[in-house]
Amino acid sequence: MRAKVYVTLKPGVLDPQGKAIQHSVELLGFNGIADVRQGKYFEIALDPSLDGERARDAATRMAREVLSNPVIEDYRVEIVEA
Amino acid sequence: MKFGVIVFPGSNCDHDAYHVISKHVGQPVDFIWHRDTNLTDYDAVILPGGFSYGDYLRAGALARFSPVMNAVKEFAARGGLVLGICNGFQILCETGLLPGALIRNRDLHFICEHVQVRVETTETPFTNQLEGGRVLRIPIAHAEGNYVCDDATLDELESEDRIIFRYCDERGRATAAANPNGSRDNIAGICNRERNVLGLMPHPERACEDLLGSSDGRDIFRSLAATLAAIV
Repeated sequence: MRAKVYVTLKPGVLDPQGKAIQHSVELLGFNGIADVRQGKYFEIALDPSLDGERARDAATRMAREVLSNPVIEDYRVEIVEA
Repeated sequence: MKFGVIVFPGSNCDHDAYHVISKHVGQPVDFIWHRDTNLTDYDAVILPGGFSYGDYLRAGALARFSPVMNAVKEFAARGGLVLGICNGFQILCETGLLPGALIRNRDLHFICEHVQVRVETTETPFTNQLEGGRVLRIPIAHAEGNYVCDDATLDELESEDRIIFRYCDERGRATAAANPNGSRDNIAGICNRERNVLGLMPHPERACEDLLGSSDGRDIFRSLAATLAAIV
């Protein structure tokens, strides 16, 4: 059982790193890029004995209370087998 | 009165804060290791600048889970004075003792320079020896000092007179050009509703001696001492 947690900046929160990355990929010759937003990705190996629902609850709590800052970030949790 | 300076793994302005309290305020001060959980001996605690836990995850995010932080929360709830400087401000926001968050500077650079901040209110234990509107010259040194909060929080901070310092120019005008990091409304420091917890990004402890370019920060610590002298 594995949790995948995606943490992204809320819409409207300035992302200067994303802007700098956008500038760099444009220098590489990619055009038509409207926006780049940088986020974070976590993989958490969970106790295999947890059922899907409890695994999701646990990962959601981790995402909400540690991995993201609710003032500036949103999160999304996926639970995958193995 | 007794001061404590909390030391997290990665704090690096702890000795500066200690020096200012012992030399310029002339009061007893201890270092408090982040594993300590007893703050009953203290009247004021300082969360110093630095890079606690290497700024891993987010600046201040992991320090929030240090054992001492539960004690800091209880200390603040009892009315103890808490001053968070730079990384200390970030920790106070992550802990929820102060609203909002500090994100990457608008221009991405780590900024290390003297800036001007305006004293927005003297109605705090940390600014009562200053004059309202006075411009202080104090250094900043941070990559994540861009204060953000939602509209409701900003309204609340404004209406409750909880914005304590704003970045400004030499003449005290809080202009966009005088905003070094993109902070909302030029905010450099705020306090909690009970006014006993203050966080600010500038480093007053690095501005306490003329030899270091400015001694404007001294009056913040003098205010703190004057407040305690009246109540302890």
